Amino acid sequence: MSDPNGTELSHVPDSAGRFGEFGGRYVPETLTRALDQLSAEYTKAKQDPSFQRELNGLFSDFVGRPSPLYFAKRLTEMCGGAQIWLKREDLNHTGAHKINNTLGQALLTRRMGKNRVIAETGAGQHGVATATACAHFGIPCSVYMGAEDVRRQSPNVYSMKLLGAEVISVETGSRTLRDAINEAMRDWMASVETTHYIIGSVVGPHPFPMIVRDFQSVIGIEARAQCLERWGQLPNTVIACVGGGSNAAGIFFPFVEDEEVELIGVEAGGRGVSIGDHAAPLSHGAHGILHGSYSYVMQDEDGQTSDVHSVSAGLDYPGVGPEHSYWKDSGRATYTDCLDDDAMAGFEALVKNEGILPALETSHAIAKTIEIAAQRSSDEIILVCLSGRGDKDAAEIRRLRGDES
Amino acid sequence: MSDVDRLFADLKAKQQKALMPFLTAGDPNISFTARAMSRLEEVGCHLFEVGFPYSDPIADGPIIQASYTRLLDRGLKQADIWQLLKNTQSMNSPRVGMCSYAIIHRRGLREFTDMANGHGVAGLIVPDLLVEESGPLRAECQARDISLIPLITPTTPPDRARRIADAATGFIYYVSITGITGERTQLPPELTENVSWLKEQTPLPICIGFGISQPEHVRLLAPVADGLIVGSAFVRRVAEAADIAKEETVLAELEKFAKGLLAELSSTSG
Repeated sequence: MSDPNGTELSHVPDSAGRFGEFGGRYVPETLTRALDQLSAEYTKAKQDPSFQRELNGLFSDFVGRPSPLYFAKRLTEMCGGAQIWLKREDLNHTGAHKINNTLGQALLTRRMGKNRVIAETGAGQHGVATATACAHFGIPCSVYMGAEDVRRQSPNVYSMKLLGAEVISVETGSRTLRDAINEAMRDWMASVETTHYIIGSVVGPHPFPMIVRDFQSVIGIEARAQCLERWGQLPNTVIACVGGGSNAAGIFFPFVEDEEVELIGVEAGGRGVSIGDHAAPLSHGAHGILHGSYSYVMQDEDGQTSDVHSVSAGLDYPGVGPEHSYWKDSGRATYTDCLDDDAMAGFEALVKNEGILPALETSHAIAKTIEIAAQRSSDEIILVCLSGRGDKDAAEIRRLRGDES
Repeated sequence: MSDVDRLFADLKAKQQKALMPFLTAGDPNISFTARAMSRLEEVGCHLFEVGFPYSDPIADGPIIQASYTRLLDRGLKQADIWQLLKNTQSMNSPRVGMCSYAIIHRRGLREFTDMANGHGVAGLIVPDLLVEESGPLRAECQARDISLIPLITPTTPPDRARRIADAATGFIYYVSITGITGERTQLPPELTENVSWLKEQTPLPICIGFGISQPEHVRLLAPVADGLIVGSAFVRRVAEAADIAKEETVLAELEKFAKGLLAELSSTSG
């Protein structure tokens, strides 16, 4: 399957980091050498069998991969339509898909001879996964987190501290994920010669969107093989939530050339379609530049990044990975959004029917899956990326539901 | 030839070095920025860098970032900045815009450079536009005699520095430190050597910025640079002018600070 320029959809990005017209590198000159060094080291590592061997060893013995493919029987019965299968990234060590990327990038950090790591985090899952990888390798680590997210994801803040990371609360701007990325970038501007920035999603300047996608692709590679093994066929539909879009990129990418497989990304619809009420740039935004790449973004007419809202800290972001913009505009994937309240209903349906507590981020994908499954026949198979578990959200959910402690 | 080229040719003939204050556009309001520019021109500043506030600046330190946030929260629009540039169009000193590519791209490269040209903007500094991505904007700037001024940093490898210099117009903005903008007490020891090397690679003037805030810095750098850019040290003083009663005091303070730097600049360049 090709884009309008004749490039096969899986053969991106090009050497300039372009996914079609999206991606690229829009950063201060100071960071260029480190980005070039990262590109070069990643290219070498990919061709080095010992790198892949070490990463695969960590995936199996430290993370617990492969993650299971689970049939959500009662949820399927509740919907009365397509079969719902869950790719259980929530069962990974640290409770989400984020660890797939942080271990890969920690190995790259060591190969580049850098002795410190920084990261940003929204929900705290990437922060915990980075702190975990750094504790594993003995690398000092600082994590930037918006002050609003420090409040709503406090269990993860404490976990990061236990793991030895310094957690820096960011008080600027909207005090969420976007501001945490700004602060991490500013730190990197001064520390770039000795520090690696482990970015947590398929966003940022080239080569980050490619590297993070590749490390997360283990999700889709495993899931595709598990589907073929179980049914001798591919799923009809793959669904994942999209904030920056790393779990979605990870599960979608290995299916991109399978034209018959429908790919659906679910953004945070928040409180509604007005600007500032949602975090759904693919659904409601326009082409623009944010955090080093060209992609869909929520921006005003002056090019200032708009405020966004989501009940889920991990989706509360005004941009999205450039490869998702590429898949959207080429028609390979479709993107929709899910309201805060519907995500909460999705959360409750999965808890009650399956005994699985999903993250609020993941609950967006679950809610949309319930809606879509009900419209499809029982012959069809929907594969959902259950990207993370919801323990971190328990206190916030209690607050939102108004339950007593 | 842009107004930036003419200014540096003129200064070279007179064996003078340039002082270029950075001011955030509209901080704390449009009329104050215009008055500050005019007063600083009167005491001898040579050209001005006018910063377009941006919601997500990555190269800027806390002082300049805070000025951006303050103004955007107060509802400053791009139209207000064009008004400022219109109001200061009769000044003799060239005005250079410092603007994120996110803003320029959103407006459209052609429309943005048309606006810049129409308001007499002599050059653009686009801190998040690398030489690899700069072709389209460079073409639009060239067509309108607007200098497109690139940044070269201590982390830029030599061959890349040459490539950036070859594509540059106006002058080269040499970033003194590896980091973000903001006043520093000490500048890196290898700075003068790096700038001297760069001078041999390009016929363009080289202005040094980031961290410069004290007369001692001027004494150190004036011999190697063609100009010095001072940002946070001005913006920090301007922040006091949020209180209207203090506007006059702040203007006097800005003048005094600039005079101190200019005195050092002329005695050192001599």
